[in-house]
Amino acid sequence: MSGRQVAQGRLVTPFYSRQRELDTVNRWHEWKGYTVADEFYCSELEYFAIRNATAVFDLTPMTKYRISGPDAPAYVDRLVTRDMTRVPVGRVAYAVWCNDSGQVIDDGTIFRLGELDYRLCSQERHLDWLLTSAAGFDVDVAHETADVAALAIQGPTSYATLDRMGLSAVGHLKPFNLMEVDFAGTSIVISRTGFTGDLGYEVWLPPQVAERFWDELFAAGRLTGIRAIGTDALELARIEAGYLMADIDFLPADTAIRPGRTRSPLELGMEWLVDFGKPMFNGRRALADELRKGSRWRLVRLDIEGNKPAKDAYIFAKPKGGEQIGFVTSAAWSPVCKQNVALGTVNARYGAVGDSLWVDIYYQRELHWTRKMARATVVDGPFWDPPRRRATPPGPY
Amino acid sequence: MTERFDAVIVGAGHNGLAAAATLAKAGQRVVVLEAAAQVGGASVTREFAEGYVVSAGAQWLYQLQPAVKKALGIDPPLAAGRLDTLVLAEGGGEPVRYSAARAEGVGEADRRAYAVWAKRMRRFSRLLWRWLNRVPPRPGGESRDSRRLLRMAVGTRLLGKRDMREFLRLIGANVYDDVHECFASEALRAGLCLDAVLGSHAGPRSPNTVMTSLYRRGGDADPLALPAGGMGAVANAMLKAARDTGADVRTGSRVGRIVVANGRVTGVELAGGDTIASYTVLSNADPKRTVFDLVGARNFEAGFVRRAANIRAAGNAAKLHLALDGLPDVPGLDTGDLGQRLLIAPSPDAVERAFNPAKYGEFSAEPVMDVSIPSVHDETLAPEGSHVLSAIVQYAPYALNGGWSNAAKERFLETCLVTLERYLPGLRARIVEGELLTPVDLEREFGMTGGHWHHAELAPDQFLFTRPAVGAERYGTPLDGLWLCGAGAHPGGGVTGAAGYNAARSIIDRDAGR
Amino acid sequence: MTRYDALVLGAGHNGLTTAAFLAQAGLSVLCLEKNDYIGGAAVSRKLYKDWTYSNCSYVCSLLRPEIYRQLNLAKHGLQVTPFGGSVTFMENGDYFGSYHDPVVAYREMARHSRRDADAYTRYRADTRRQSRLIREFLLTTPPDPTSWRPRDLIGLLGIGRSFAALSEEQMLDTYRFWTLSVADYLNEYFETDVIKAALSGSGIIGTALGIYSPGTAYVLLHHYMGDVDGNVGTWGYARGGMGAVSNALAGAFREHGGELRTEAGIERILTKKGRVTGVALDSGEEIEASTVVSAMDVKRTFLDCVEPEALPSAFLERVRHFKSRGSSGKLNIALDGLPEFPALPKDSPLYYSDMHFVDSMARMERAYDDWKDGTWSKDPYVDMVIPTLVDPTMAPPGKHFMSCFVQYCPHRLEGRDWTRAEREAFAQTVIDQIANYSPNFKDLILHVEIRTPADIEAEIGITEGNIFHGELTMDQLLFNRPVPGYAQYRTPVRGLYLCGSSTHPGGGVMAAPGANAAREILADLRRPSSVPESFGDD
Repeated sequence: MSGRQVAQGRLVTPFYSRQRELDTVNRWHEWKGYTVADEFYCSELEYFAIRNATAVFDLTPMTKYRISGPDAPAYVDRLVTRDMTRVPVGRVAYAVWCNDSGQVIDDGTIFRLGELDYRLCSQERHLDWLLTSAAGFDVDVAHETADVAALAIQGPTSYATLDRMGLSAVGHLKPFNLMEVDFAGTSIVISRTGFTGDLGYEVWLPPQVAERFWDELFAAGRLTGIRAIGTDALELARIEAGYLMADIDFLPADTAIRPGRTRSPLELGMEWLVDFGKPMFNGRRALADELRKGSRWRLVRLDIEGNKPAKDAYIFAKPKGGEQIGFVTSAAWSPVCKQNVALGTVNARYGAVGDSLWVDIYYQRELHWTRKMARATVVDGPFWDPPRRRATPPGPY
Repeated sequence: MTERFDAVIVGAGHNGLAAAATLAKAGQRVVVLEAAAQVGGASVTREFAEGYVVSAGAQWLYQLQPAVKKALGIDPPLAAGRLDTLVLAEGGGEPVRYSAARAEGVGEADRRAYAVWAKRMRRFSRLLWRWLNRVPPRPGGESRDSRRLLRMAVGTRLLGKRDMREFLRLIGANVYDDVHECFASEALRAGLCLDAVLGSHAGPRSPNTVMTSLYRRGGDADPLALPAGGMGAVANAMLKAARDTGADVRTGSRVGRIVVANGRVTGVELAGGDTIASYTVLSNADPKRTVFDLVGARNFEAGFVRRAANIRAAGNAAKLHLALDGLPDVPGLDTGDLGQRLLIAPSPDAVERAFNPAKYGEFSAEPVMDVSIPSVHDETLAPEGSHVLSAIVQYAPYALNGGWSNAAKERFLETCLVTLERYLPGLRARIVEGELLTPVDLEREFGMTGGHWHHAELAPDQFLFTRPAVGAERYGTPLDGLWLCGAGAHPGGGVTGAAGYNAARSIIDRDAGR
Repeated sequence: MTRYDALVLGAGHNGLTTAAFLAQAGLSVLCLEKNDYIGGAAVSRKLYKDWTYSNCSYVCSLLRPEIYRQLNLAKHGLQVTPFGGSVTFMENGDYFGSYHDPVVAYREMARHSRRDADAYTRYRADTRRQSRLIREFLLTTPPDPTSWRPRDLIGLLGIGRSFAALSEEQMLDTYRFWTLSVADYLNEYFETDVIKAALSGSGIIGTALGIYSPGTAYVLLHHYMGDVDGNVGTWGYARGGMGAVSNALAGAFREHGGELRTEAGIERILTKKGRVTGVALDSGEEIEASTVVSAMDVKRTFLDCVEPEALPSAFLERVRHFKSRGSSGKLNIALDGLPEFPALPKDSPLYYSDMHFVDSMARMERAYDDWKDGTWSKDPYVDMVIPTLVDPTMAPPGKHFMSCFVQYCPHRLEGRDWTRAEREAFAQTVIDQIANYSPNFKDLILHVEIRTPADIEAEIGITEGNIFHGELTMDQLLFNRPVPGYAQYRTPVRGLYLCGSSTHPGGGVMAAPGANAAREILADLRRPSSVPESFGDD
């Protein structure tokens, strides 16, 4: 009778057995019901695997949907703000989707696996919204998170590692391209995508071959510096890459309770993802309106003087006596850029590229807190963007 | 060559015609496209048995707004006006009788109480209809909207402290409690309860039924009447008004879809394949049909689609039409009485009990009815000496468990006839032919989703600021060029003319940049 | 004849709250209670051997934390322990559990419908947005919309301001929320019957409405707006039973010099020329005071205790028609051990949760139809908890106390009094329903206390046994509660105030009516008040 009880604790991914073996610190946390590592041996060193060698991150808990059917292209195009008709088979598109008020529900990547076949990959879960959006379309939306195991393989030697594994075909992949390859008699998908801003790939495969893939990958990576990494290292890399994180840099619109806490793609610096040439997409009316009337907020990437990370800091227009115009959402000292970097949100009247703003940093030294008002320069684009990220074919490094 | 108009109106229901006349009068080139062979939608007279004609949808005229009548210059001829409502006693006998101002057949205390109650309800109904006859203002909208909201608030305050308090209390109250507070007569209470829930998915104990009761009273509209020749006469008067002002009204012209290009409406495509171009299309069809069938959900943003899908529009009222070879001889009722509005509503609890099964997809075991025998006043409706009876019968849920099969219809018809016979003894023997229209039949005949005469349930969450759904509450919709002008739009259903008239005025205001 | 600054009539939690704040302001206050114990409907009673029954209210979350803190209730012995989750047993042998752990809760909801599990995010945000709006006004006096006085206009403006912060769409949704039925509201989010049935219970508990009655979506808030330590929507047990709440309030009251007298029923509230002068007790004794605060419900206060001549007839008429229909009953059960629910695994955390046995919207609504017909629900919505799993002090070791809240149960049966046999049949209905899911339940029963609304009325004095001192319908909320024009705790009799659940913001062990009343009284007396403001934004 009691066979119905759902699993009570955290689930483990198909890579868990291998990760457990590598783990030395026993620091895990919960991510969408799964247990994942904060770090495996030392997050600082794991971070350098991303920037210096091959880092492997278990992406399985990412929410994944399969969208297929005759109307799938039209459906996906209406769903997101960018023009999806220009995304051919074999291509991946980063996209955001909005509610009718033009507020971002989430961002994610959409993989065009076939003419009428897509995979949508996001941080949050959206089956309700995806099915609501499906009214009037001949399209099938299926949740497939547990059916697809996923690994991010990132870093300058990531191609070299895959090459050694016999997957040299991926060398032809340009950024945001994907291909299907055979592995152990089954078809797996490899895309040149990632969340680190570096050369890297993501692998999407059936759970049954997950452990075998891991084993062969790590065997191949022995000479290319392969390391399993936890979330802490990845978090630092994604801030350097200037990528936004749902629930950290913006609040998914579906979860917002207080008025004014949501953000539009324009406010998140994603104008390039909004194609007003499309006659119809979700949020179009509101965004066109915003374009006319102006935005409330602006997302800024900040280069901050000094070396004290501006975590949770207020942002001011002036160092003294100015009004508070926003706050920092992500911040870190970037070891690779040797820069003090941050992402933040400010009142849209401020924060044009090149502007100087001020952040109110609190930091602790030997239990004592110190306050420092530091100049922050608004910069354009990612903090870390090496040429190897785009080079095709990738070098061996 | 594609014809082009300033505005296309889909459906020649009375609201569509009112909108057409209003727009045409303002100088717009308007075409109305009606699928049926005649205009009127559910405000229509048609034959249902050889020689017998009946108002097949709405059966009384009582809510037509004076402002609409005046603007359109219409005044449909009446066969009878100032009709009373009679709450029938079982087996015949002295009924309780009430009009807009007086009640009879009740005790002295109730008579006095009714006079006070009716006056109060009239005051409140007029206040409500002052709001209903305007395009609802946007809360948090432009300053013009704020001014309007403020005027509404001040208007309510000007009722005076006592009335305002009473209004604010009553608007959320249920009619069951209110009539129990005010009256002792079970029949009077029952009649007023039925009035409040006709056409609704509600019983008298449902909160907010005082509000529906105020809606039904129609503000300043003329008292209960029967148009000469049936409700089709109202539609014909509107048709004439529309054509006189230059509107092109075409019957037998079914719109297959509303055409959308580049994110806006560009016209309509007829079932035959012809297209008519216009950047303004008003749909007299119900909101769900408009969104899902005529336009297509993919042409709207998903949040609005969800809201449209959530519109509650499942009807509970059936129509019963009987051809009679003569009037029954009912003890206590003379012919004049039979020509009044006759209610079968034994008690407030009986009305509530009739509602209960509707919640579970079953029809009432003892239905309640609003009965009309218009042929008493209007000889054109039936062969000489014969009569027609038309009744609104509740509750017959649209989504009946197992569906409205022939067998189910037979069973419900029999239930209705048994009930009728108890209150109008001798009626059965007079029946020559009959027709029962369930909400499914009404949906088929009039094209209204769920067979709901209000096109969308008249519940407070689909009323005033949010009718029929957030995003389409001021006639315009999120889709550029698409407007709603039927009963599903503000203020609601019934032959009021207000929805069509207001929708047209919104468009005129928009064009004038107001 | 004795004389006090203020008399408080009724030592329920609201009466004690008002009394405590008045005493804290330095007034000499006497609180009178008709029973030989204090607490009203927040009591812990030993009705069977060593079992402690929370025999009326049984869980606690609405109690305003501001009051908890201001009156130092922790110091006076109150300790509230949160408990988690709920479970709805299904006729097909399955169940739907709402686990305290959000990860497991999601998984369980997804087991029934993944779409619903995802929609829950939106439901939660939308419902909490509404809850936030109302929470702000719990510790305020409702402004009178018909008044031109500055304080009322400012109050209205305040409401307007929190409303204006919303987007237009949210404003319209708020308007819809206030008018929707809980069933229709849930239908806009979920597709699964059992999930909707489970969530809809909070829309009807304690009300004389069904889940399809417009306005019940709002009632949800009365069960969602509470919190334990800032975890909004969480419920908890008062250690030692709900009497701990009343005892702590009484402790705070006494600390400030307040006097409590039990077995002192009120015969009459004495008035002279439109002013209150004191009260006459059942015993004939008269006590003088220029301020009298009634914690009794509005009907009992004015229809039983004040001379009708002292009241305007229109007011009296409204009080007479104030709806306070009993709709809920209770069974309090002493158990020899823990009942088994074979549908659940033995170690399931759901044992610690609320248990329900109605798995469809239709069954929920049919339960209401029975009540409308003047009888108890034959397939009732039961909210069952076993507090002894969390608080072992309430029963001997290994034994348990079970509280079954039963919706619906009428005050009178088809217009007449309950017979003994009928009371037992009512209890049997509930016991049978539970036993359907717990085969050993009946064998464990040692003692059952049956409480129909009639019993609640007889014992606690609430008119018709309505647990909220009057229904929570739009016509009886905010500035309409209890009577339009008298929603600010004052009454037509000068010096006579109301502080019970008949007043804004209504029922539940919230103490907000009592605190708000104290603030108004102290303002009238031009005394400084220590009644706290809302903590704000949570």
